[in-house]
Amino acid sequence: MPELSYGEAVNAALHRLMEELPETLVYGEDVALPGGVFGVTRGLRKRYGDRVFDTPISESAILGSAVGAAMFGRRPIVEIMWADFSLVALDQIVNQAANVRYVSGGRLRAPLTIRTQQGNAPGACAQHSQCLEALFLHVPGLRVCMPSTPQDAYDLLVTAVHADDPVLVVENRTLYFGPKEPVTTDGPVRPMGGARTRRTGSDVTLVTWGAMTHRVLAAAEALARDGVEAEVLETPWLNPFDTEAVIESARRTRRLAVVHEANVTGGFGAEVVARVAGAGVALAAPPIRIGAPDVRMPAAPVLAQALIPDAARIIEDVKGLIAGAR
Amino acid sequence: MSERRLADLLAMWRIRAFEEKVRDLRAEGTIVGSVHLCVGQEAVPVGACDALEPHDALFATYRGHGWALARGVPAQALFAELAGRASGVNGGRGGSAYFTAAEYGFHGENSIVGAGAPIACGAALAGRHDGSNRVAVSVFGDGAMNQGAVHEAMNFAAAFCLPVVFVCENNRYSELTPIADMVRNQRLADRAAAYGMPGHRVDGNDVEAVRFHVRDALEAAREGGGPTLLECMTERLVGHYIGDAETYRQPGELERIARREPIARLREGLLADGVPAADLDAVERGARAEMASAAERALAAPLADPATAREHLYA
Ligand SMILES: Cc1ncc(C[n+]2csc(CCOP(=O)(O)OP(=O)(O)O)c2C)c(N)n1
Repeated sequence: MPELSYGEAVNAALHRLMEELPETLVYGEDVALPGGVFGVTRGLRKRYGDRVFDTPISESAILGSAVGAAMFGRRPIVEIMWADFSLVALDQIVNQAANVRYVSGGRLRAPLTIRTQQGNAPGACAQHSQCLEALFLHVPGLRVCMPSTPQDAYDLLVTAVHADDPVLVVENRTLYFGPKEPVTTDGPVRPMGGARTRRTGSDVTLVTWGAMTHRVLAAAEALARDGVEAEVLETPWLNPFDTEAVIESARRTRRLAVVHEANVTGGFGAEVVARVAGAGVALAAPPIRIGAPDVRMPAAPVLAQALIPDAARIIEDVKGLIAGAR
Repeated sequence: MSERRLADLLAMWRIRAFEEKVRDLRAEGTIVGSVHLCVGQEAVPVGACDALEPHDALFATYRGHGWALARGVPAQALFAELAGRASGVNGGRGGSAYFTAAEYGFHGENSIVGAGAPIACGAALAGRHDGSNRVAVSVFGDGAMNQGAVHEAMNFAAAFCLPVVFVCENNRYSELTPIADMVRNQRLADRAAAYGMPGHRVDGNDVEAVRFHVRDALEAAREGGGPTLLECMTERLVGHYIGDAETYRQPGELERIARREPIARLREGLLADGVPAADLDAVERGARAEMASAAERALAAPLADPATAREHLYA
């Protein structure tokens, strides 16, 4: 079992997919000869030749061509360097890719995978910091996942590319160069969906995804030292979403907090809360959402830190949730 | 004549000294995040901004420090912005890639490739209605020429005869990829013909040539002639961003392009004209001293106050 960082795990998955599925293509800006701005696509061009190529800075053409190639039997894996840049080509994702199967009554399909990364890193500017998963989750027809560990970075990408629908894999650049972990690289293609119980606890259910998972786990450990046992459910697949796992856990702990890096209004946290409420789960306290306030993201690290939830804020809010229940 | 050339030299040295200071501050961690320097490209902003009126609107990219300085934005406020100070030109909200200083006719950097071009069209359009005779200048790289927004903006400006000058800084690279691999016709200025506007390839390392062409384009725009595309051929002597390993460079490339770079070139011209080397050295020293002191003053200011992080979202 190789020890891989998150970025290396993505690379390993791409190698496997290129071997296993001859119809795959990998392309995007700076992905081939340079091997990607984060080094994630390193070595692919050398090994697979013109199935891997660099493109002009033309996101509409990248995504649109992926839709077309996918309709005609290829399985494109395209990279949009920052999730923010997908917005210049939203039409191809929302109006085009997401409609192919539905409108053709299943006669056409667009099995393309969009790899991108999002979130704030210190000093990132306002146009390189957004968390956009809720935007894509509002679009029926798109699958969306957000891995946070090397194993999931590997597994989710393999699953995404094997899927016969458009899938958005949202990575996080703050994770690429993180610690190496043993990764099973020859396992079977896993089904989409499912939650990961990252920690068990009986006092409160914390649902989270993406890079925020690590902060939530740190908060949960600290809470345990203060006598609060939090269950941490990571939901790397947001569509399909494992609603049942969340409901089951919330039923047991009777308290729910959803934590994401994206801002709160219209965030996917609202959807999670709504599903739990809709299932009639009797909670001991009103559920809470923890996320960035509804504001643009500033460049200065001190300003950004004041907005994005960190372990301290998660601890404080969860303690408030528990106190409110008394 | 040599007086103006000395002024050009100073303006270019100010930019270079600023960028080198930024590089050092980034290396020591006073500045964090992605920073794109314009070292080697100084002649384009200096030549172009010289010809602009105060009410003209300039839209730059993330590689825009030089454009902000050439437009007159104080170096101290820019350093403060880079280092996340409350006294920064955007109070720490913009950072390196998103400077904005409207009071200097600097309507912003942009870190979405090509996004500034349609916005420049709007500034020009507004000028038609407010009687200002404003010209909008949109600056972007060669890679941005392949963005849909840029194609749309050029056609939009041409169709409505808007006073826009499109300045493409062709430094031959888009991040790590050569433009030569990404387009078939490498003369990007040729695209102008397709939109029905004039297009010129300009020696972008010659500040005088840039000034001449931008002046011409501005004049035509002011007189109702509509937009122009200027493809300014230049080179960046540094990586795409600070930290770029530049593995895509050919052996000997940096040495080769360093011989053509605008500051060395102007200096040689001035020497040949009999300007004493000591005077030229003094220009460099003056620019470096100015930037060192601007940075020092900027860094003496307090960091942005986290309590203000939510301000300025709505009117
Ligand atoms: C829409 C969009 N796509 C991709 C990027 C990532 N990116 C940032 S700079 C850059 C290269 C731009 O090259 P060019 O336009 O030639 O300008 P230069 O950096 O050379 O000044 C790319 C691809 C981006 N910022 N925005």
